[in-house]
Amino acid sequence: MADPVIVVGAGPAGTRAAQRLVQAGLRPVVVDENERQGGQIYRRQSENFSRPAEKLYGAEAARARALHTDFEALRPHIDYRPGTMVWGVAEEGLLTVRDRAVATLPFSAIIIASGATDRIMPVPGWTLPGVYSLGASQIALKAQACAVGGAPVFMGTGPLLYLVAWQYLRAGVKPAAVLDTNSLATRLRGLRGMMTRARVLAHGVRYMAELIRAGVPLHTGITPARIEGREDGVTAIVWQDARGRLRRTACDAVATGFGLRAETQLADLLKCDFVFDRRFTQWRPRVDPDGRASRANVYLAGDGVLLRGADAAETAGRLAACALLQDRALPVGTDEIADLRGILATMDRFAEGIASAFPWPAHMAAALPDDTVVCRCENVTAGDIRHAATALDSPEINRAKALTRPGMGRCQGRMCGLAAAEILAAARGVPVEQVGRIRTAAPLKPLPLDCTVTP
Amino acid sequence: MTALFRRVDETGRRGVRLVVDGYEVTALEGDTVLTALLTNGSRLRRNEFDGKPRAGFCLMGACQECWVWTESGEELRACSTDVRDGMRLVTKEVPWLTR
Repeated sequence: MADPVIVVGAGPAGTRAAQRLVQAGLRPVVVDENERQGGQIYRRQSENFSRPAEKLYGAEAARARALHTDFEALRPHIDYRPGTMVWGVAEEGLLTVRDRAVATLPFSAIIIASGATDRIMPVPGWTLPGVYSLGASQIALKAQACAVGGAPVFMGTGPLLYLVAWQYLRAGVKPAAVLDTNSLATRLRGLRGMMTRARVLAHGVRYMAELIRAGVPLHTGITPARIEGREDGVTAIVWQDARGRLRRTACDAVATGFGLRAETQLADLLKCDFVFDRRFTQWRPRVDPDGRASRANVYLAGDGVLLRGADAAETAGRLAACALLQDRALPVGTDEIADLRGILATMDRFAEGIASAFPWPAHMAAALPDDTVVCRCENVTAGDIRHAATALDSPEINRAKALTRPGMGRCQGRMCGLAAAEILAAARGVPVEQVGRIRTAAPLKPLPLDCTVTP
Repeated sequence: MTALFRRVDETGRRGVRLVVDGYEVTALEGDTVLTALLTNGSRLRRNEFDGKPRAGFCLMGACQECWVWTESGEELRACSTDVRDGMRLVTKEVPWLTR
């Protein structure tokens, strides 16, 4: 029998890709690192929790419920492997681990729907307990019914900043402040693109209005200076307001994020070509409009390749599956493909609007004090990266990594890589794409030494 | 000891007991190890390079900052491991390394 199609990830893109393959009579293997299907935005709570979908997902409750129930209906028709991490690629297939058991999964084609993490800009003090990524603060609330603190500050930029702050407010935890590095004037630049999805834009405006009504201070055009705290947690964040005045906000937690970073490491291990995407100011695998990568039988969908959000991910997942079916000469309606492309065109304009409304503040990386920790794993500082750039003459990020170790730790630069590249580029006086991207190495994540190997 | 996390809902679940740094603490069924530790304290581990406390960062299995030790020397990724009754965890000096 021919090797199966593997779908990696069971969020919006992976679920819809698997569903379309099943509709065509295939039985895909669905490998998901999470124990429960749903991905991050539609992450499920544990089975013994009882909050209704409306409470967890707000305006997106119906979409979340549909994604979960549609997946449950797929279960008899797929080979579902939850809690399974992909950590490498070999000639024979994907290398995975579950419960300390390593297995090789052969495949004839693969659809990667690996999603994204927060994009992080380091700030002095960000390694203190109580500082979390924005996504982390949302996961704590959604999946565990916990707040990361009693008076958190949400600092960074992007629509998620306001959404999560509003979700905390609704859960009875009033944010101490929302601090956005982008100004209102900048935000207006993205307005035209964001108008393409008026309903989504209206939700964003509503979150801000409700935060203001509840007395949560919203500040725009800020520059973070440092996070202060003790061994047992955060006590304050110090920041510069739009007029340049230094201010301090007392808080017991900081949730921070600057848009998203596509999780592209598996595509890198599969030796797919990458391009620098100016809209999202990061490298990503090169794909055709339907999700075909540069290598045959490799497809990508969702935020793991193009940062267009969960709704677009559902469409892109389905489209990538259609592309795969088409490449196998299996019947796919040309109408279906045209429809999906049409939906994604609107999503593209919206995503570009978001990207211009909430740009990544690259200049802040260049301005970080030398003693700021950039790599949290190994405490490599901004100064260490500048030393690699100048005294050690590293023209690109992998040389800098070899010499002073940014991105060498156990997260492989997932948290620090984009900021480290900006620091290096600024120190060298070149555009960030010129310093390249951190090469991926297996294992993608730490593996226990005492794994058993199943044939 | 200060707890970093606070529960805002779902508090009616069954309790589980675990031992953290030699002290018995309680958590709730359905908690991750991370939630169990941070509703009882403010630390998961110490960074190998400066010895300072860390309490996780991304909660989605990407940053690798929430690995905790069990007393028997196993490592667990706290954000993606469910808590079990009777777990014995260590968040400070690991005894078999400093002995």
